[in-house]
Amino acid sequence: MSSQTTNPRTTFEYKPGVPAEYEDDPIHGEVMKLNMGPQHPATHGVLQLQLALDGELMRDINPVVGFLHRGKEKTCESLGWAKFFPHTDRLDYVQPLLNNVGYALALEKLADIEVPERGQVIRVVLMEVSRIAAHLIYLGTTGIDLGAVTMFFNTFKEREKIYTILDAYTGHRMNNTYVRIGGVYSDVDETVEGMLREFLEQFEAQVDEFEGLLTGNRIWYDRNRNVGAITKEQALAWSLTGPNLRGTGVEWDLRKSQPYSGYADYDFEVPVGTIGDCYDRYLVRVEEMRQSTKIALQALDRLAKSRGAAVLAEDRRYILPPRQKVQSSMEELIHQFKIVTDLRLPKGEAYSGVESSKGELGFFVASDGTSEPLRCHIRAPGLMNVQVIPLLAEGRLFSDMVALIGSLDFVMGEVDR
Amino acid sequence: MMDDILPAELPLFAVWVIKAVVIFGSLISAAGITTLAERKVSAWIQYRIGPNRVGPFGLLQPLADGVKFIFKEELVPDGANRLMFRLAPMITAAPAMMCIAVIPFAGEVVIGNYNLGNLSITDLSVSVLYVGALTGLGIYGIILGGWSSNSKFSLMGAMRASAQMVSYELTLLLAILSVVLLAGSLDLRAIAESQASSAEGGIGVWNMFLQPVAFVLFIIAMFAETNRHPFDFAECEPELVGGFHTEYSSMKFALFFLGEYCAIIVMCCLVTTFFLGGYDVPFWDSAPWFIQLASFVAKAACFIFLFLWVRWTLPRFRYDQLMGLGWKVMLPLALVNVTVTGAVVSFGWSPLITPVLAVAALIPGVILFARSNPGEASLTGHALSEEGSAS
Repeated sequence: MSSQTTNPRTTFEYKPGVPAEYEDDPIHGEVMKLNMGPQHPATHGVLQLQLALDGELMRDINPVVGFLHRGKEKTCESLGWAKFFPHTDRLDYVQPLLNNVGYALALEKLADIEVPERGQVIRVVLMEVSRIAAHLIYLGTTGIDLGAVTMFFNTFKEREKIYTILDAYTGHRMNNTYVRIGGVYSDVDETVEGMLREFLEQFEAQVDEFEGLLTGNRIWYDRNRNVGAITKEQALAWSLTGPNLRGTGVEWDLRKSQPYSGYADYDFEVPVGTIGDCYDRYLVRVEEMRQSTKIALQALDRLAKSRGAAVLAEDRRYILPPRQKVQSSMEELIHQFKIVTDLRLPKGEAYSGVESSKGELGFFVASDGTSEPLRCHIRAPGLMNVQVIPLLAEGRLFSDMVALIGSLDFVMGEVDR
Repeated sequence: MMDDILPAELPLFAVWVIKAVVIFGSLISAAGITTLAERKVSAWIQYRIGPNRVGPFGLLQPLADGVKFIFKEELVPDGANRLMFRLAPMITAAPAMMCIAVIPFAGEVVIGNYNLGNLSITDLSVSVLYVGALTGLGIYGIILGGWSSNSKFSLMGAMRASAQMVSYELTLLLAILSVVLLAGSLDLRAIAESQASSAEGGIGVWNMFLQPVAFVLFIIAMFAETNRHPFDFAECEPELVGGFHTEYSSMKFALFFLGEYCAIIVMCCLVTTFFLGGYDVPFWDSAPWFIQLASFVAKAACFIFLFLWVRWTLPRFRYDQLMGLGWKVMLPLALVNVTVTGAVVSFGWSPLITPVLAVAALIPGVILFARSNPGEASLTGHALSEEGSAS
């Protein structure tokens, strides 16, 4: 790797006192060490940033992660495969259903389970709606960081509609846990489909309104343009994925390049940026909201055609028997008890990645054939996004840090796991 | 009967006391109402309802806030300079309030048989200088508050505020200067009256139309001068937590806010006086004093609404962009405008041609500015650091 693509510093450099190059300079003073976070309004959770500040300029930055570490991977290994689903909700807690699907796909790959068509379509709708919800959070919180407080309320008004729909479908607003191995827990009924269609059809006009407030705004442009720009090579070397990579102009979207859940059958485009700065990332995310709307509407059309079809696979080795059979048949009851207490996946390992709103969310699962998972590793895209902060922020103004944190878009629940 | 008890004429001292108490009390209550207006307006903009629990429509909310602040615990951080820490809120609030003394709210007040004179605490012949001096003083409170808190965030807020105030004070005063040149007086009342159609030798056109450039510059500079969004770097919540008032609590914190809102009200009164004819009622020269007062309050209220509207709509500038705007765009514009106005006044031309001349003089500059690539025109941190290392 050339020197341009790697960060020259591996450790945080801060020495109290006047730096050597300023010793004869009467204007420059000491470098100040500032601990930004973990309790700070702009660090989006519990990220700590140690900054060496020369006036308003950041000389060195050290992101400290781990304040929200809950041992999720280990939890999976001690709980078992099926019981880990609720915990995936708490990884990137702004898009629980997308995490559910990511985890389920890895298990299905390991056990070689085929998800029925309608189950896949429902998953696509849930994933795209989750992506919209996550991008709305990005837009709202970045708006607050850059002073456009009203954006937060605009986006949360829309997000509230998504919550209402998810509440009608899953019974929860957040942390839905509605995806199962082999499909989804229950079918989408016509009311929910109608609510979804109503929301999606008015949503593009809302995106236009958000753009009207920000995209052409000179202050917004100046705060984001040329701030935190990262080149293609750097982005690839630092294993960025998702909108942060696409902002640099690399057309890499798992939905296109490694289609899963039938994404190959949907008509959508992958927006890319040019120079990979905060403004490009903003534009990419706004366009992705439009594309997600498009995908979800196509999926709704398919749902209307396949009403009544199965949403859960029939493989009785891994999937719970239907409720009414459990209540009438002794064998099915035993079967249910067996799966709930002692679900075994075949020996082997599998990795599956989904395109989450932050990048490639991957789950690596390894099984030794018993009901205790051997290993569950989560490839959290947010961790890679946090890693590039020192690279992008060094030598810039302190105010750029908030624009950068906002536009890299990470959720600490996922970064720390 | 009443005439027997009451004196035929009020003593001068009594008139002063009455006017001072009434105007000062009005300012403090107006500041309270502005805080409520801020919360209500922001609520309307953001699909919310706003405070509606205390009193009808939440009208008593400012009172409840005040009571809450008084009963909160006062904290002084370890290592703070206690004297300066306590002094700073007062230094911020006092000058903002003192400015109200010279604002002319209306003409002669006549109630019954009593003539209370012009409606302002005092008419100073150099009131523009008085206002200029006092608005500059408010920043000391912010610097001292930020420095004495012994907090790094507060210190950075204070540093930003001081640099910002120095830059924008210049533009503000240059914008005022072109108005002063037209009116030929440093007296706020004279400036207001020179815009009325009844004025001697005046043409009865508000300075807003005669000095459009100065008007716009003044409005932008007054946002920066009062540390309001989009120039609120001194507090700047997402970066500096609370800026200079991070460590403040209780009534000391409230005093900072009182100072801020008083400064907003004073600035709105000033822009009304300078550019909107003050208490002039359009097409009604002999309006009674209360109509004049209502006209003044209505004009000022429009500007207060503008303050709130902008705050809840626009994103925030970056510190270097703010300085670039102040020194590279607004200061040259203000200088050109003052030059043009000075030429018009000294050659004795009709003031009506000032806007034409000013705009004509500015067109080349605006074209140059518009042709520059916005990405290049903005000062990025990298450019700054290169300049820093070169010097």
